[in-house]
Amino acid sequence: MGIPAYAGRLERTWYYTFRVICGLIFFFLITPIVVIVPLSFNAEPYFTFTHEMLTLDPAGYSLRWYQEFLNSDEWLTGIKNTFIIAIASTFLATSLGTIAALGLSKPYMPYKNAIMALLISPMVVPLIISAAGMYFFYSSIGLTSTFPGIILAHTALGTPFVIITVTATLVGFDQTLVRASANLGADPTTTFFKVIMPLIAPGVISGALFAFITSVDEIVIVYFIAGPEQKTVPLKMFSGIREEISPTILAVASILVGISVLLLTTLEMIRRRNERLRGIVPQ
Amino acid sequence: MAQNESATPAADEVMRAADGTPLKDSLRRSMRRAKTKALLLVAPLGLFILFSFALPIADMVKRSFYSPEISNVLPETAELLGDWDGEGLPPEEIYAAFAKELAQADEDRNVGVVSQRVNYVMPGARSLFSGTARKLGDVESGPYKPKLIEIDEDWGDPQVWSILKREAYPITMSYFLSAVDMRYNAEGEIEAVASYMQIYQQLFWRTLWMSVLITVLTIALGFPVSYLLANLPVRTSNLLMILVLLPFWTSLLVRTSSWIVILQSEGVLNDLLVFFGIVAQDNRPQMIYNKIGTIVGMTHILLPFMILPLYSVMKGIPPSYLRAARSLGANPVVAFIRVYVPQTIPGIGAGSILVFILSIGYYITPALIGGSSGQLISNFIAYHMQQSLNWHLAAALGSILLFVVLGLYYIYNKLVGADALKLG
Repeated sequence: MGIPAYAGRLERTWYYTFRVICGLIFFFLITPIVVIVPLSFNAEPYFTFTHEMLTLDPAGYSLRWYQEFLNSDEWLTGIKNTFIIAIASTFLATSLGTIAALGLSKPYMPYKNAIMALLISPMVVPLIISAAGMYFFYSSIGLTSTFPGIILAHTALGTPFVIITVTATLVGFDQTLVRASANLGADPTTTFFKVIMPLIAPGVISGALFAFITSVDEIVIVYFIAGPEQKTVPLKMFSGIREEISPTILAVASILVGISVLLLTTLEMIRRRNERLRGIVPQ
Repeated sequence: MAQNESATPAADEVMRAADGTPLKDSLRRSMRRAKTKALLLVAPLGLFILFSFALPIADMVKRSFYSPEISNVLPETAELLGDWDGEGLPPEEIYAAFAKELAQADEDRNVGVVSQRVNYVMPGARSLFSGTARKLGDVESGPYKPKLIEIDEDWGDPQVWSILKREAYPITMSYFLSAVDMRYNAEGEIEAVASYMQIYQQLFWRTLWMSVLITVLTIALGFPVSYLLANLPVRTSNLLMILVLLPFWTSLLVRTSSWIVILQSEGVLNDLLVFFGIVAQDNRPQMIYNKIGTIVGMTHILLPFMILPLYSVMKGIPPSYLRAARSLGANPVVAFIRVYVPQTIPGIGAGSILVFILSIGYYITPALIGGSSGQLISNFIAYHMQQSLNWHLAAALGSILLFVVLGLYYIYNKLVGADALKLG
């Protein structure tokens, strides 16, 4: 998108103005994520940049909020709970979602659109409504304040992502490979694990990552149906932001930013590998 | 010729498969098998979603109009009231059943459930019921009608009975009416509640216009960025795309807390404004815990949901169209508006519906940085679930929101298709 040689002065001005505007929007997108990281090293118990921090005085910085986080049983239990719930629901969502996506992409799937719409709906229905419904229904069958209850709820929230990513991968899937495999004597299970799975793996992995992050990040349902035993990191942050604002929350937030950078890198690598395998070379 | 005859030996000239069944039947059977197989693969997740998600939501919707408290606790009274014509005072029979069942309810500590139900439409019902229930212990035998009226003269008021008759029926519109600031008056007609008590209509409007505003803001901010990303060389755009995807992947709470850091009155933005002398030290604008906080935070959170669909649509627009328009004599602005923008409409539509659906149901960000003026409908649903414990009203508000969202989802599905949703 360079400037064409015939561009007039007005066009040149607009070209640079446009880039500045876009730069500002990118700045708006990224600043909130970057700004909290230095603040989490604040030596003072404030939520603002102190004079020492701005003058880059080492005394203005410390690791105390990270220490506080690591020495707090409550936060550590929160991490444990978050991971138990996220791993279990990711596993369930990925297996159920992948199988369903395989069915949905069969050429003779009846009522495909209606079924797809139902299966995607947990992503569309506002969380507060899901939470309200689950709160009443799960408490009537004794699932509130239990790990299975939250895991079920998070599995439901995670499956749409698995379905979307896996069906997207299956769009380019060559069905003749399945027939070829059967022709060579493989039974359906062998065909699935040796032929289908390696080819749809990128979709499955990114779906699983989405399901995982959805569970790790989810607060509303946990807020409604978890008991004190199931407190997760986001729930602790949520009540922390509401009650007392301590930089410990910023330390946790910075760690979470680190996790999302890691996830994003993984996804980007999967995408690149996938493009390479399909022969799409970046220009 | 002879070979041909042997290939179709049947006299009826129907094409047959190798095993002799007509080809049509055989095809139909194999199609059915393929369909069943596809359905069986979807079945586990289908059942799972039904149980863990769809049923709970159906249960919530049911709760918004189904309220059997009175017919559960006072079954005989409820049945008799159902048969009564509602004119004047009910007959002794109803008074007797009512007195007996209310005394029983008092023993079972169930009076609160009934009186709370009536209290929503008739303030003061709680004390009327509990007071009467307490005194009923001294009443040994009938006739109950005069004795009840003696305990509290309200039992001689035909209005009280017509309210009770209406509320005893387990299916009620009362909660939906309250959810839109209406109510049944004593005569059973629908009327608006007093203007100082109206909150929900205003709240629905606020939720709607804030969602529209946020959608418009995301279009305004998302359009230029998507255009840039779609027209840059892939290597550069992939790099810049990270700036869009990183916020998309970052926890909501992280982003909400950093808006607190930025916008609070001692925060980064205010410090900068003071530093550059734009505002006075003692006159820092309040940018958080009000509508501004909600709007800024939600625009930031939902912007990637606009950029991603818009980008994928713009990516598919051949740049030669714009060049063609230019070479035919259109100036850049005209070419852009008349040739480029119309082709981006599907992306704008998909992104807008997505952002709008997400924002009208938003809870966390308004709860944390919305203050009282930036609260949305979700926050009131949560309030009735957890604080006021008026679950039926919460369910009614939730159902209205649900129908709006499902309607939009239906449109989205028609226009874009649920499977066209792209992630990252």
